[in-house]
Amino acid sequence: MNFERIREKLNILADAAKYDVSCSSSGSKRTNTNKGLGDSSGMGICHSYTEDGRCISLLKILLTNHCIFDCAYCVSRKSNDIKRAGFKIQEVVDLTINFYRRNYIEGLFLSSGIFSSSDYTMERLIAVAKKLRLEENFNGYIHLKSIPGCSDELMKEAGLYADRLSINIEIPTVSGLKLLAPEKDHKDFIKPMETVKNNIAIYKSEKKLLRSTPVYAPAGQSTQMIVGATGESDKDIMYSAVHYYSTYKMKRVYYSGYVPVLEDNRLPALGTEVPMLRENRLYQTDWLLRFYGFDVRELLNKDHPNLDVDIDPKLSWALRNLHLFPVDINKADKRMLARIPGLGMKSVYKILNARKYRKLNWEHLKAIGIAMNRAKYFMVCDSKDWERRDLEPQRIKSMILQSSQSKYQKMYNQQLQLF
Amino acid sequence: MIRLVYDETFEGLLTAIFQVYEERLQQVTIIPETDLQPDFFSEDVTVYTDTGKADRVWRGLKPFSLLRQMIYKAYLREASGAENTILEAVRYVLKTKNEKDYGHPAILHLANWTKEVGREKHRMEAFVRFKRAQDDTYIAVIEPDFNVLPLIAKHFKSRYADQVFMIYDLKRNYGIYYNLQKVDFINLDSERLKNLDAIIHEEEKCYDVMWQDYFKSTGIKSRVNKKLHLRHVPKRYWKYLNEKNPY
Repeated sequence: MNFERIREKLNILADAAKYDVSCSSSGSKRTNTNKGLGDSSGMGICHSYTEDGRCISLLKILLTNHCIFDCAYCVSRKSNDIKRAGFKIQEVVDLTINFYRRNYIEGLFLSSGIFSSSDYTMERLIAVAKKLRLEENFNGYIHLKSIPGCSDELMKEAGLYADRLSINIEIPTVSGLKLLAPEKDHKDFIKPMETVKNNIAIYKSEKKLLRSTPVYAPAGQSTQMIVGATGESDKDIMYSAVHYYSTYKMKRVYYSGYVPVLEDNRLPALGTEVPMLRENRLYQTDWLLRFYGFDVRELLNKDHPNLDVDIDPKLSWALRNLHLFPVDINKADKRMLARIPGLGMKSVYKILNARKYRKLNWEHLKAIGIAMNRAKYFMVCDSKDWERRDLEPQRIKSMILQSSQSKYQKMYNQQLQLF
Repeated sequence: MIRLVYDETFEGLLTAIFQVYEERLQQVTIIPETDLQPDFFSEDVTVYTDTGKADRVWRGLKPFSLLRQMIYKAYLREASGAENTILEAVRYVLKTKNEKDYGHPAILHLANWTKEVGREKHRMEAFVRFKRAQDDTYIAVIEPDFNVLPLIAKHFKSRYADQVFMIYDLKRNYGIYYNLQKVDFINLDSERLKNLDAIIHEEEKCYDVMWQDYFKSTGIKSRVNKKLHLRHVPKRYWKYLNEKNPY
């Protein structure tokens, strides 16, 4: 193996792949068989974290960064003058196995620039996964990118070797896509999603009849949207996220704050700050929808198209719906407990269990570990002591902000000065 | 006041609990023998570890599988005084059957320790870095905050079924060794493990460098957030992470 050459390729092709934020390695049920290598039946593991705080769980690389497309937001676009490289199939296989054996990674995340045609590119990605599974008896995690516009047959084959398949919608609105990636058709993104969804459904029904049905993409599919590239609202983003969750049974939708990498007058200028706080608020909203029983229309609607930057979306919702509070912590149902600002689902379950045996007071709640500075305005418990004043939402908000410190404070104070 | 002095093994702890019930002791504390300091007002009783008695306690707690798990992890947490919290929790649960009563201080303590040990176990599953030796054994050295080797053995065995490996806890001076058949506990000369260079395969340097390169290239400079980085990868773990120790 020519170490220096591989090293150079790895640097180029890891650098080009880093804007894909998905790094999850959980949700698969692939166990180690016949004393092979690897097992991805447990929970996901983050083996390290980059200096920007994102997890490193998979070896995330492009097969090549040669690309025939010229999408404005992408660093590997055809017209960008950068170093290009491409891995051989065997090189990716060796690298994956050797990193895995040293416990650096959970598996492989393989994407690619599109060279010659969609189908040709997809075939090469599948060839890597196939070799890992069949020749190396590798049971670690494999995440393959679906290439927009590739054929149904290839998508069907890809799912036989990959744990997860994903295709990035990147631009949440159809009009935005037209502007930034005029050569790509919205339909080319949707078709592979549809195919994967159908194949997963077929697998699930056949599995009931025949236990030995080969597994198809056990960790499901995911997608990613770039945030802050085309002036879309939080409502646009979250409504399309909900659409992908429900229509294509996505396991995850990722939100990626746009990192300016290229000078292009259709995009935010180089040096524009990455909208990390906004990204964070979108993820919080995503969690509220998936785990806390919120409906997207409660959090974002015509009157409220963007999330607050200075407070989290649940607190923001609660302040708009003060008539539902205070909640009695010893009586309220799970749904309402989950809606109290400062309470996570773990605390909710602890409260549900603990209150079977005794009435809970502030001391108990503190010990359980809820965020009292936010929660105390929205609940009563087994104590004569609670917030009796009839406070205005604005007043509660300012008291909470005074009692807490956010690492983002600098950012939203600046933004507020605009008004 | 009676002090039950046990040998710091898990079976020893369970035997002590057995003794508390057998002799109907009320005013009692359980302490490890290394912590033993003379106390004028108490009577010291040595616990003779008995696997039969330990088994009976363990079987008696079978209906409370959550509590059993919490007891074992609280034991591995190695917190001072944990024995008495465990005893208190056992007494409370056997009396009331409420193993999920997080309003009870002993139960909440055990739950928190369990969480801490679980977190450390998960960290070690992530932060173990194997080096390939010349004889194809994959070797890793760790110094975890808590005694988590017994908890991670299964994970590594099912993951690396086709590779001989050893993970050694330098802090507690013992390790696990997998010989392609089963995992054994081993003791080695820890001085030798501090300098592995002599037995490491020469290709190891290449993989070190490539992993460090990868670590660098996959980060995004305009998003740097050192505080978050440190929260995920606290400094005390850096010693054995090759990506944090560039040449």
